[in-house]
Amino acid sequence: MSKHSRLAVRRTRTAWLFLLPSLLVLLLVAAYPLWRTFQLSFYQVSILQFPLKPEWVGLDNYRYLLADPYWWISLKNTAVFTVISVILETLLGLGIALVVNANFAGRGLMRTAMLVPWAIPTVVSAQMWRWMYNDVYGVVNDLLMRAHLISQPLAWLADPHLALPSIIAVDVWKTTPFMALLLLAGLQSIPDELYEASTVDGASGWQQFWHITLPLLKPALLVALIFRTLDALRVFDVIYVMTGTNPTTMSMSVYARQQLVDFGALGYGSSVSMGIFLIIALFAAAYLVSLRVELD
Amino acid sequence: MRRPWWFKLLFYLLLALILVYLIFPFYWAVVSSLKSPQELFETPVRYWPEHPRWQNYVDVFTQQPFGRNLLNSTIVAGLTTLLSLIIGSTAAYALGRFRFAGKHTIFYAILSVSMFPQISVLGGMFVLIRSLGLYNTWWALVLAYMIFTLPFTIWVLTSFIREIPRELEEAAYVDGASPAQVLRIVLLPLMAPGLVTAGLLAFIQAWNEFLFALTFTIDNQARTVPVAIALFSGASQYELPWAQIMAASVIVTVPLIVLVLIFQQRLVSGLTAGAVKG
Repeated sequence: MSKHSRLAVRRTRTAWLFLLPSLLVLLLVAAYPLWRTFQLSFYQVSILQFPLKPEWVGLDNYRYLLADPYWWISLKNTAVFTVISVILETLLGLGIALVVNANFAGRGLMRTAMLVPWAIPTVVSAQMWRWMYNDVYGVVNDLLMRAHLISQPLAWLADPHLALPSIIAVDVWKTTPFMALLLLAGLQSIPDELYEASTVDGASGWQQFWHITLPLLKPALLVALIFRTLDALRVFDVIYVMTGTNPTTMSMSVYARQQLVDFGALGYGSSVSMGIFLIIALFAAAYLVSLRVELD
Repeated sequence: MRRPWWFKLLFYLLLALILVYLIFPFYWAVVSSLKSPQELFETPVRYWPEHPRWQNYVDVFTQQPFGRNLLNSTIVAGLTTLLSLIIGSTAAYALGRFRFAGKHTIFYAILSVSMFPQISVLGGMFVLIRSLGLYNTWWALVLAYMIFTLPFTIWVLTSFIREIPRELEEAAYVDGASPAQVLRIVLLPLMAPGLVTAGLLAFIQAWNEFLFALTFTIDNQARTVPVAIALFSGASQYELPWAQIMAASVIVTVPLIVLVLIFQQRLVSGLTAGAVKG
């Protein structure tokens, strides 16, 4: 064996040694719980009894899942939440990014302010908004009545037609700035010369947006979109805090936890979890393919 | 290009509008937290506290076990961050500097863990924590949080290491240093900004986490701040102590905002490193 390849073997061994602690931890906290959840989804088993007394039921949990109206309701709620919030966040985020990308006094202040909603814990922002949405003492009703947009106070979170849109508005508030920051980074990587040259050629601002900004922003936009979609599909905190397990707003994650913990149905709850995992895995696979990470 | 004055005016109005939209909910929490119960439940709503008072901030600590919750959160988030940085930095060194078969597979595997929806492991994690006897302890949360902080830390640190020039390390190798020594003595000081960024982001993630904390704790022994704020209860079931909830919200948000102000440049580059360069 040449000296060179012996060195390579040693380097490989060192690399694996350095990776070992992380891999062991991830096997313990990710692979094992995922496998265990998968396994449990074929049993009927209560979470209240330890040690567990599982009873094999085969595919029954999954058969039940497909016929379970609450699963489909939670899937529909999650889909509505995801589609609407991601679209709004992308459009608003793009708008804010374009505005902030311009040169103006106080730009630093603006960028800092954009991080505020992101830094606030989701639970805290949900509580802040829940208070703002209060039907009697809430500031939202007060503002809208002063502006004569509504004639009487609305019960934002109790009205089945308003609850989900109200929650989406909170998510949009919390996440739009983050989206804007991602897109801003994309905007700043577009060279100024392109705009200067096209201005000389007499292009309008609108033409520049369609023919320079948007095409060059596409990669950043795509990544941000998938990133947000994955996040929105597993939404839990904001919905749980604002409306609990109410079926009109319940997301897939809220439903799975209700089955697992509140009802103690470790087996059936696990099959709900696996359903969510499958749906998100499809989106995650798309993300990984579109990302094409460069390692060396 | 010269813009007319009305264009500038419109532009700044738009900026002001965005600013108010971003900041108002936080402003409202501060205002509400300074109000007396009479003022809080007054219609029409007052936009400025007439007689601001700190009593709600005192009540949070005397009427609620909020001090204990803060301690729990600090310890859990601190330990999680420390552990993630220690084991994540060696993994990032291996992934950022070494060539070996299977590296891409490992990298993708780690990356895909960070995209796991937490709910998909909740049942299995619960069983794991119960069988290790960790239920309702700090360690239950530290262990569970590694599932998202560790992959994220490795991801940020790997992209950081790849930016550091190799010359210094090569010189150290020529001088006969072992890889562990190179990492500890040469690379770690150069990685300091990356460690700060990754650590800060891991800390914020762990500090804000809700689902695991809600599920793996039962009382204030280990209950963290987000769970406490979500479950604050007043004298009766129907009467939520809103002023206290707002005071507690302000207490946990202010340190985060201060951190963000200090490290904003780094945070943005850390967050966008993965997403945009990709």
